[in-house]
Amino acid sequence: MKKWGGILCVLFCTFLLLLLLTDPSFASDPAAAAPTAEHPWWFWPVVLFVVTFLMGIFAVLGGVGGGVLYVPIISGFFPFHLDFVRGAGLLVALTGALAAGPGLLKSSLASLRLAVPVALIASTCAIIGAMIGLALPTNIVQIFLGVVILFICVLMLTAKKSTFPDVPESDRLSSVLRIYGVYYEDSMGKEIDWKIHRTPLGLLLFIGIGVMAGMFGLGAGWANVPVLNLVMGAPLKISVATSKFLLSITDTSAAWVYLNKGCVIPLMVVPSVVGIMLGSFVGVRLLKIAKPALIRWAVIIILGFAGLKALLKGLGIG
Amino acid sequence: MAQVEVDMVKPSEEQTLYAGILEKGMYLGLLTLLITFLIYILGILDLRIALDELPRYWQMSADQYLHEAGIQAGWGWVALLGYGDFLNFIGIAFLAALTIFCYLSVIPTLLKKKDYIYSILALLEVLVLSLAASGILAAGH
Repeated sequence: MKKWGGILCVLFCTFLLLLLLTDPSFASDPAAAAPTAEHPWWFWPVVLFVVTFLMGIFAVLGGVGGGVLYVPIISGFFPFHLDFVRGAGLLVALTGALAAGPGLLKSSLASLRLAVPVALIASTCAIIGAMIGLALPTNIVQIFLGVVILFICVLMLTAKKSTFPDVPESDRLSSVLRIYGVYYEDSMGKEIDWKIHRTPLGLLLFIGIGVMAGMFGLGAGWANVPVLNLVMGAPLKISVATSKFLLSITDTSAAWVYLNKGCVIPLMVVPSVVGIMLGSFVGVRLLKIAKPALIRWAVIIILGFAGLKALLKGLGIG
Repeated sequence: MAQVEVDMVKPSEEQTLYAGILEKGMYLGLLTLLITFLIYILGILDLRIALDELPRYWQMSADQYLHEAGIQAGWGWVALLGYGDFLNFIGIAFLAALTIFCYLSVIPTLLKKKDYIYSILALLEVLVLSLAASGILAAGH
């Protein structure tokens, strides 16, 4: 147990050290900060693979999606332009969601009936968000990104979760759409019937979520889950699983806009996708022995740091 | 008893179908991505952009990169599939199109069940995703 705790500490320190080493502002000689002149072509993809591998571990342990960590950290500490980071970030979130989707759907934890209307709104708005994000000057997007990331930190610190929200009655829209279901709750050893309410309000909120997902190339699990769980009243497990599955649809629409705009460089995308996936596998194994609260704090601190860096970079300070 | 419990939480026919296609497509897409990446890195095919030139391009905006590298936006990469670097776009585009295939596959099942509202919603989603994939929508800095 102690051995694994030690390994986790070493991994976390490696992660921080790599971020500090990749940050040009930590170089004593400004000329040394010019990455292209200093390193061979494979240097940044290899560092990217190692960082995304560690990111995958801490994303699972911290209970966040890899996409939300990817864009602020990689855009803040790597020499890649924000356009390519957002394109790769969307593909990272998309492949993660595609990989998780089949299992979640088969176990009835993700609900296709709940996802279809929500996804239609979110994916349409993600296209609009992507177009806005690509039309705005990079520094403005970077400032907004910093603000959104800092907001996510506050949300992670303050948002409540409800395992089984009280839904006295389905609203009219969800009744017409027949959005309800049943799943087997392992921890209680029984089946849980669920239904939702406040569907129009929930759908309205997904307009904003879709726009942000497309604009910043972030996976939007951090926003999906609170809306599905706290606003619409879906049980927490259904919300988390449906949110993950939803990303496979929302991010598809935005990813195509970025792909068509030339924001995809395979040498960035493939190491990131493979790194995060391998990290997630290791993270799931470490989940049994890790202290989630402590790691969640560490993730919030890293995210806050990356958000602040994005904000300062956008303002031309960092 | 356990069998009864499993049956009661069994996903709907269209959900099972969607999951099955998603699973097979996801494995196929990831495998394609890895194979084409190996072809790229091992230099089996000629490259459109040499690996040691890439660090210069990834610091530019996407518009500038396309302009300087002489690459067309949209589906311009299809014409460059003979190059090792652009071969990777097969796997990337396949993964990005997978959701469209999944939606298309469940529409007949929804229609068979006379679930017209969800049939229309699914069709609309296919149209939205196809519009995004078409490359018609373009914006620039």
